[in-house]
Amino acid sequence: MFSGCFKDKAFHTLLALLGGSYVLLVVLLLVADVAYAPAGRMGELMAKPEIRFAVQLTLFSCTVAAVLSLLVAVPLGYVLSRHRFPLRWLVDALVEIPVVLPPLVVGLSLLILFHLPINGVRLEDWLREHLGWQITYAVPAVILAQFAVAGAFAVRTMRVTFDQINPRAEQVALTLGCSQAQAFWHVTLPQARRGMLAAFTIAWARSLGEFGPILVFAGATRMRTEVLSTTVFLELSTGNLENAVSVSLVMVVVALLVLLVLRWLGVEQRVKN
Amino acid sequence: MIELRDITIQSGAFRLANVSLTLAKGEYAALMGKTGQGKTTIIEAICGLRTVTQGTITIDGQDVTLLPPAQRGVGYVPQDLALFPTMTVRGNLAFALRIRRKPRAVDELAGWLGIAPLLDRKVTMLSGGEAQRTALGRALSFEPKVLLLDEPFSALDDETRSEMHRLMREVRQRTGVTVLHITHNRSEATALADRVITLEGGLVH
Repeated sequence: MFSGCFKDKAFHTLLALLGGSYVLLVVLLLVADVAYAPAGRMGELMAKPEIRFAVQLTLFSCTVAAVLSLLVAVPLGYVLSRHRFPLRWLVDALVEIPVVLPPLVVGLSLLILFHLPINGVRLEDWLREHLGWQITYAVPAVILAQFAVAGAFAVRTMRVTFDQINPRAEQVALTLGCSQAQAFWHVTLPQARRGMLAAFTIAWARSLGEFGPILVFAGATRMRTEVLSTTVFLELSTGNLENAVSVSLVMVVVALLVLLVLRWLGVEQRVKN
Repeated sequence: MIELRDITIQSGAFRLANVSLTLAKGEYAALMGKTGQGKTTIIEAICGLRTVTQGTITIDGQDVTLLPPAQRGVGYVPQDLALFPTMTVRGNLAFALRIRRKPRAVDELAGWLGIAPLLDRKVTMLSGGEAQRTALGRALSFEPKVLLLDEPFSALDDETRSEMHRLMREVRQRTGVTVLHITHNRSEATALADRVITLEGGLVH
């Protein structure tokens, strides 16, 4: 009995040591940033219009990219989880590409896609002439660059979510008079709410951290396409390490606030259920 | 009445060929057989959840072979019950009526199923027997012509199972529904059914 109790304690200690070491690393990173950043610099930076613009664009673009990610992730995750169709393996592999590809390559690919002449017409030119939209080096490019990568993470999350939902309930709904769309809407989707919130959160967080593809496809023009991640790069590249760290702390605060709100929404929903 | 005439079902490597089976209107038949013989496959084919590659399925004289599950008028209780976990007992019982845009109070149904006090409870908070009654009520709510039960009572204790047997007799008496009930329990089959059908080696006896 003593031996069993000792083994349990050793096991719990091992769990605490291994898990705790990572938590400690994250805490140390934040403490180091706070210690390095000059006191009051965050406040000074937040007073600057270009930083306030970057914060606003970050919040806006991350939210739009996360909504778009969810919009494609729900149907794609559902189809990949529930249906068997020709070339499913290929679709499965294709949606994983943005996960494994260096984000910089995604940005480069987007740039090429919008500027490659197809039958003498460039997609960028066509959209500007016909719809009046400018994509490259404008806000839509920021959102597209974030969405291209974040979407893959949202699809993966939604697929796992639907894998974990018993398809039998949907089948019973069909026998009760539902069309497939009604069964999905009334029975499956309500069960996927927590997964949708998780997919949205992951897409949002991933968009916030995105940097490479934005720099390539949207640039980092102040008061135009600059988001917080590119601000850190701009400050760093001009040798202003203190400002770079202070902006990083702004990002940490913004991320924590949004993630806490999303976590709170998740808890609320769990309580309701 | 249910009539399966020479139906063949292919699902991957599994194949059930030329199965014929007839249940008279209001009859209660127990379907028995070893695991993997295709009992659930037959029930799923009647529901419309599995495609039949050959043969015809008729319910109350209507050929339903090509109809979607929604149009077959079949009540189905699967082995794992598959209650809708985001809804209350009332939500589950009223679901089929809501989909059919024929909203009606389900209190009377819940009353004789013995779950009236549980109507506003989440189905995740039900005991085994309560969940069975809810699943049965959900399948009966739209007054189907046929009720298909896939081993729904297998996980219940003896006392609760006896209660469910009493309830099934009451269901027959009240509704006159035709029942096909898969069970591995011989005493359950003889206690409830008018006829015991055995599926063995792809043949129905």
